Amino acid sequence: MRITQGAFSFLPDLTDTQIAAQIDYCLRNQWAVAIEFTDDPHPRNTYWSMWGHPMFDLQDAAGVISELNACRQSYPQHYIRVNAFDATAGWESVRLSFIVNRPSDEPGFRVVRREGIGRTLHYTLESYAVGRRPEGERYAT
Amino acid sequence: MTQPLAAPPDTIDLAAEYREAGVADVLDRLDAELVGLAPVKRRVREIAALLLVDRVRQRLGLNTTPPSLHMCFTGNPGTGKTTLALRMAEILQRLGYVRKGHVVAVTRDDLVGQYIGHTAPKTKDVLKRAMGGVLFIDEAYYLFRPENEKDYGQEAIEILLQVMENQRDDLVVILAGYADRMDRFFESNPGMKSRIAHHVEFPDYNNAELGQIAERMLADWNYRFDAAGRAAFDDYLRHRRAKAHFANARSVRNALDRMRLRQALRLFDGESPVATDDLQILTEADVRASRHFCPTPPTLIGQSPPDEEIDAYDPDRVPERSDY
Repeated sequence: MRITQGAFSFLPDLTDTQIAAQIDYCLRNQWAVAIEFTDDPHPRNTYWSMWGHPMFDLQDAAGVISELNACRQSYPQHYIRVNAFDATAGWESVRLSFIVNRPSDEPGFRVVRREGIGRTLHYTLESYAVGRRPEGERYAT
Repeated sequence: MTQPLAAPPDTIDLAAEYREAGVADVLDRLDAELVGLAPVKRRVREIAALLLVDRVRQRLGLNTTPPSLHMCFTGNPGTGKTTLALRMAEILQRLGYVRKGHVVAVTRDDLVGQYIGHTAPKTKDVLKRAMGGVLFIDEAYYLFRPENEKDYGQEAIEILLQVMENQRDDLVVILAGYADRMDRFFESNPGMKSRIAHHVEFPDYNNAELGQIAERMLADWNYRFDAAGRAAFDDYLRHRRAKAHFANARSVRNALDRMRLRQALRLFDGESPVATDDLQILTEADVRASRHFCPTPPTLIGQSPPDEEIDAYDPDRVPERSDY
């Protein structure tokens, strides 16, 4: 099951040229671009691990793309996303976030039902991949 | 050689290409704005012509290796290396060899870290900022310190070399510094030398050119010399050139700054009201008050020699930059 988080996630995967164009747009708006990765893509897992520092004062997407390629090389079977942070007063938040790398096989999530007091049901999501193996090996083929 | 994709036209209008690229504009401005430097300007024209012809050839499908664009500017301080780097970035951008055309100017301190593991992220960060433009490394030879084998400069050089080789489309590196030190730097870093295609040498300015530069600087700031002041300034240049730490146009700018201070003080101490013209004119007295006209500096205790206080802020005289 293909995970749909962030922008463009219902589209086919972006090519590197398209990713660079999006990053260029972010840089034109003077947003700081950062790369994050994880192998626990639960929708409530907000904070992924950062790849290096957020990149400030960049003029061109080439710098981000080279970092992205380095990250892909280290974590080919992880989810990797690009975040663009707007530091303008009043915004001070992530303005654009999109996935740029995903594992070749995404087993998806299942619904977990937990029965509580009075036979009430609590529902939650559980990733097959996360439950299967420990961190770092979850999506290894 | 590969076959051209479409039948190429028999003749190419290079002049039209030249006009379309908008390079003529930059080159003309270079000629008009920079005084002297004839060999440098010729060299820049050569490089621009090569890139233009290369671009046309590429479009016609004639096989050509992408030109190596990394450059080395050698010359004494204050000869216009940084200014030319800015222009070069503009030319490269107009011709489409760099995407953004900005210049990131750095020195050793920006690239080399202070402890183990500090250098690589620092250098990479600078490189990332320079991507799409020009990375200008001033006094590049300081990167390499042969006397200290634990120096982190070597690490920075290696990262630099790797990017210069692998990401030639993304980044143009310009190294700058003194000619003799640069030669020694290249001798100990043959990898660096082989990756730099264009070596441009900047000659020193002669006194007439420096006088012209001074006039232009003053015009930019809405100042001017009167006739006696201009003559005195020529005299000043002759004296200054003989002294230590002479840095061409930079020395001229510093001298003019000090002359403006003297002029301001003179007007301030003189009678008011002051004529509008007087606010713009540097007189002979402002020029002649310079320390460089004193044959032996007065050494009276408790009385600083004229100008000493102001000259102390002259970057040429700060000891750690004595090589300037």
